[in-house]
Amino acid sequence: MMDVGRHPNINLMTYSQVESISGYVGNFHVKVQKKARYVNADECTACGDCAEVCPVIVPDEYQQGLSCRKAVYIPFPQAVPSASLIDMENCLGTNPIACGKCAEKCDKKCIDYDMKDEVIKFDVGTVIVATGMDVYNPTELDEYGYTKYENVITSMEYERLMSAGGPSDGHFIRPTDRKRPKTVGFIQCVGSRSEKCGNTYCSNICCMNTIKDTLLLKEHYPDIEAKVFYIDIRAFGKGFEDLFKRSKEAGVVYIRGIPGEIIEDPKTHNLNVMVEDTTANKIEEHEFDMMVLSVGVTPRFDMPEVQQLLTLSKTPDGFFMEAHPKLKPVDAPTTGVYFAGCAEAPKDIKDSVTQASAAAARAETLLSAGKVKLEAITSTLNQDLCRYCAMCSKVCPYNAFTVDPKNKTITYVEALCKGCGTCAAECRFGALSMKHFTDNQIIAQIDAHLAEDPQDKVIVFACNWCSYAGADTCGGARLQYPSNQRLIRTMCSGRVHEEFVLHAFRKGAPMVVVSGCHYVDCHYIDANRWTQKRVEKLWDKLEKWGIRPERLLLEWISAAEGQRFQKTMQDIEELRKQVTKEEIEYTIKVLTKEEEKKKQKLEKLKQKQ
Amino acid sequence: MPQDDLRIGVFICECGTNIARSVDVDKLVEDAKKMGNVVYTAKNRYMCSEPGQAEIKKAIEEEKLNRVIVAACSPRMHEPTFRECVSSVGLNPYLVDMANIREQCSWVHMGDREAATRKAKDIMKAYIARARYLEAQDETEIQVTRATLVIGGGISGMQSALDLADAGYQVYLVEKEPALGGIMAQLAKTYPTMDCAI
Repeated sequence: MMDVGRHPNINLMTYSQVESISGYVGNFHVKVQKKARYVNADECTACGDCAEVCPVIVPDEYQQGLSCRKAVYIPFPQAVPSASLIDMENCLGTNPIACGKCAEKCDKKCIDYDMKDEVIKFDVGTVIVATGMDVYNPTELDEYGYTKYENVITSMEYERLMSAGGPSDGHFIRPTDRKRPKTVGFIQCVGSRSEKCGNTYCSNICCMNTIKDTLLLKEHYPDIEAKVFYIDIRAFGKGFEDLFKRSKEAGVVYIRGIPGEIIEDPKTHNLNVMVEDTTANKIEEHEFDMMVLSVGVTPRFDMPEVQQLLTLSKTPDGFFMEAHPKLKPVDAPTTGVYFAGCAEAPKDIKDSVTQASAAAARAETLLSAGKVKLEAITSTLNQDLCRYCAMCSKVCPYNAFTVDPKNKTITYVEALCKGCGTCAAECRFGALSMKHFTDNQIIAQIDAHLAEDPQDKVIVFACNWCSYAGADTCGGARLQYPSNQRLIRTMCSGRVHEEFVLHAFRKGAPMVVVSGCHYVDCHYIDANRWTQKRVEKLWDKLEKWGIRPERLLLEWISAAEGQRFQKTMQDIEELRKQVTKEEIEYTIKVLTKEEEKKKQKLEKLKQKQ
Repeated sequence: MPQDDLRIGVFICECGTNIARSVDVDKLVEDAKKMGNVVYTAKNRYMCSEPGQAEIKKAIEEEKLNRVIVAACSPRMHEPTFRECVSSVGLNPYLVDMANIREQCSWVHMGDREAATRKAKDIMKAYIARARYLEAQDETEIQVTRATLVIGGGISGMQSALDLADAGYQVYLVEKEPALGGIMAQLAKTYPTMDCAI
């Protein structure tokens, strides 16, 4: 921490938050809000005199609420930066008449109640997301009585109780009588691997953390009896099995079975559990002075904010999705953005450090090259065809277009375009087209798929980032589905022009599917909202023309949802079978007629303008 | 507009048995030969391997191919590989396309070889049709600002920041809390070394 604080190349901004990130790889523009500390951090010597006189006492977050701090405080003794701050929510002192004791006491006059938040702007080429994790909050688990029984604590609280810098100066005591417990029980997988409460995934670190906890306990107090209740002990890392062995040799008892409930004896405040020991095949009762809930890891509560800043995606467990689970495990799907640590998945310190160095190396690849090539999949403007309707500027998620309908001008900044293709799908005059995902290319694909036996085939438009990737995930897991679907890849579902769908129906497709990222996961900020609007409009039109709107489906499938892809494809096949030959013939007839009408209408519109 | 003098090469990958087990690759080769503007076809055990790529390069040079279709795995996997492969012999990387007959065909229709082969043929056909409209593209090169933003000052953020700063780059490290350290700073001792976290 100190190395970071004093490194000449690191501009450290604590108590700060990234407000916005715009731009693109190589050229991100960042705005950071630096919150006021109300203490001049450069001058403060962390002497602590201010805290001594502060009359406000609040629970100390650093100590998990097991002890108190003042409203003016240093987060913890080794804090970097080593300076106090005032927690303004609890401070009385904004009005000096009310208090102002700290300002009076501070010899160096560091305290400034009028300090303001600052906004700092700078440019960077790459971004590393190391936003970390939250610890599972077990208050929802009534059966373990975390909110009722003081002697039930979490593994995080245990950390503080065992720490020399903790609320009890490292003396391990139980909360109700401040005495050293004789028996301690640990329950594993609290909030992990559960369909009922918390999360379904394994949190990766809790088994080893508990093994460490028991070793510490036995090291300090060999006489304390420790028992661990577990589902499986996952000690898979280097040196981990040795630690597990050591813990058992030290006398810790491991019982395979998770207690259903903790019941407190109201007199002694001891805790009783009943458990089925599945290795011995018998029901056992145990009594403890204290119980530790080995709580799992959860995605951070403020992840959605970061997700929006950089248009990132999440995997079903709620952590950030990497560009490829095997081959690009630290790259985000957004070029120039990398992950380090638990933002991507639960990790212990060693894995976090490993990934952090990997992320730094990945970022360095770009930084040291000093330049990067952008994929040529952007939009191109044919100004001759533009009628200045300004639809493109309305739909573009990156504000690449500025249109002035009155003066008939349009400007297009290609560097801002990320290639979603929504503009090209919405432009009624054909003035916008996409490089590499042109109308002609996509129409040619539809024609080729439907050239033979079109009645047997379903055309599925799949966005590159989620649905197409979801189909790949489905394949990777060898999940089988009927072979009648024909996928057509676009970068974003926003690219799927109304005409692509109608063309497929005109060529005899019984069903058409438009699929993209889940609503909030769109890789082009909110381009898929236009997909939704367009498909809704199409449903109305189909209905008006006497075509069953159910034959056009809109599906949101993420890259992680292989099973969902399989299920969707299976369901669609059932729907396809219900489409009759007569329906298809009728559709072709009606849509061919409508196409003629539309052409004539467009001609008139062009002449008018 | 489609080019008149198209010379399309189709390269079909067996991917060991990953594709060949469910898809009749020989039949695909025969089918490809009959498709318009296809002047060269080949199959290979592993198209992405050195010999596989060498075959593509050789064919581009000898047969004067100006479009290349690789029927293999997902473009999400190997598109960069084949783009590099063709551009090394002077073909614009946007004139190669991948027909995904593995993740979206052979792996998901394992019990029905006939249906999988039929679908693979369609996928290949669609990409050959698309190839007619492929155009060479120039990629824009942009400058990279030699600085990094690290969001989060826990153990991971600090490690990334230090690595980059030691390498000489400017790092902006933004931490929401008033002090560095994150969750790690709250841990009493850490495994496997059983030493203090701070």
